[in-house]
Amino acid sequence: MNLLQQVLDGLGSGSVYATLALALVLVHRSTGIVNFAQGQMAVISTYVAWTLYDAGVPVWGAIGAAIVLSLVVGALVERFLIRRFEGGEPLAAIVVTVGLLISVNGLVSLIWGTVLKQFPSAFPPGGVGSGSGGTIGYGTLGTIGALLVVVLALNWLFRHTRLGLAFRAVAANPESSALLGLPVGRLLMLGWGLAAAVGALAGCLVAPKLYLAPEMMDSVLTYALAAAVLGGLNSALGTVLAAWFIGVVENLAGTYVSFVGGDMKIAVPLVLMVLILLFKPEGVFGHKEVRRV
Amino acid sequence: MSTLELRGVHAGYGKAQVLHDVSIHVGDGSITTLLGANGAGKTTTLRAISGLVRSTGEILVDGRPIPSAPDAVARLGVAHVPQGRGTIGQLSVEDNLKAGALLRRDRAQIRADLRRLRELFPVLGERAQSQAAGLSGGEQQMLAIARALMGRPSILLLDEPSLGLAPLVTKELFVLLPRLRDEWGLTVLVVEQNADLALSVGDHAVVLESGRVVLTGTAREVSGHDEVRRAYLGN
Repeated sequence: MNLLQQVLDGLGSGSVYATLALALVLVHRSTGIVNFAQGQMAVISTYVAWTLYDAGVPVWGAIGAAIVLSLVVGALVERFLIRRFEGGEPLAAIVVTVGLLISVNGLVSLIWGTVLKQFPSAFPPGGVGSGSGGTIGYGTLGTIGALLVVVLALNWLFRHTRLGLAFRAVAANPESSALLGLPVGRLLMLGWGLAAAVGALAGCLVAPKLYLAPEMMDSVLTYALAAAVLGGLNSALGTVLAAWFIGVVENLAGTYVSFVGGDMKIAVPLVLMVLILLFKPEGVFGHKEVRRV
Repeated sequence: MSTLELRGVHAGYGKAQVLHDVSIHVGDGSITTLLGANGAGKTTTLRAISGLVRSTGEILVDGRPIPSAPDAVARLGVAHVPQGRGTIGQLSVEDNLKAGALLRRDRAQIRADLRRLRELFPVLGERAQSQAAGLSGGEQQMLAIARALMGRPSILLLDEPSLGLAPLVTKELFVLLPRLRDEWGLTVLVVEQNADLALSVGDHAVVLESGRVVLTGTAREVSGHDEVRRAYLGN
């Protein structure tokens, strides 16, 4: 395969990583927590969409319903589980989200079993371009389009709306925000709900490329975490660019670096994550925290 | 402006009771100074009013009991500038000010208030896009007060505004208090270690000792009290 094709494929997979990474950024920006269960929550949302599709609901309707349901469930998870650990030790919140990951994984296996399922693509088959110029599938184009819509919407939400300012204020200082009259609890619920909805979209975009399985998002979560760290956990646009970069680099490394190949591709985001944490922990697009001494 | 009244308030942290039967009346449009040694319960009194600490007894605004949740208290028109200012360091100065007005819908009036506050505190206009955490202590205190005013409160609770500030900056802030009260229609309850300065601008004063009110009166009466002169005014 030629170089351009590798880059285009990398952008496609990078877009999926970016969508889940945006969900991570959303939770972090609105509640200050990194949700390690984000991928697994996306998996259960995708299974819900598959169940609806299997029952005869059109694929876009099934995906839409799963997204709305995920918004509600994400909010409830924050209210009844995460709320108890917010504002406490960061380690406790991490352990809880890891526990949630394992629990949801078990729940998915219990309800739907572990046999792989085929999830339909929301986009038509085929693609544009051919020959030596490379081909980009409608699925990849649709994924990139959906991602751009999400990132622009989130960027607008956080930078240009009162709700976005309220999210940022609550994530940075819940007590001060409460003293300003902001409904901190409801904002935290909404942050988790929105993240779960974006995660559900990520799951429904990735499922047609792979098979639907309880572990479907495990590797995607690794890439998404790397993208969020590389882009700076507070920058939606930075996260998307980082995810595309990771998608392209892992594809090129897998093809052109002999010892990486197909099996070692997962090492690429891990190495990038270690490097960025060592040399620019706030991320390439993140803002350094200012502290007056 | 509003009246604020505490009747028989008890409050504490877990099993540690800090306030014991505290009753304070803050009159409509007055500046009342809350004095006391470290650990006397001054900050806890403000936190109890704001709902940050659970309390029993009655806390009334204009004769009506206030809710227990901090956001609901704020929506009632009670602004609390906490010790250490409580500005949101990661947000810009401008966003901090806008965050103060998030509950308001009167956009034209919000813009007018922003302009007034930038005239009152020019540094907040000059450093509008700077991160709040990068401001000096005095600038952060100005931002904290300005942000509280952006919510158009009727009652302003100020906790140790002089903490960590140079004496000159502290004096400027206190001299400004009567003006803020008049121009923004405020009733002010201020906790302050610098008793001399606080009493010089206050109308009334309350002295707390070990969580109990031991003296109350006009600022002049309290500053003329022998015990207060010895304990807080150094003469």
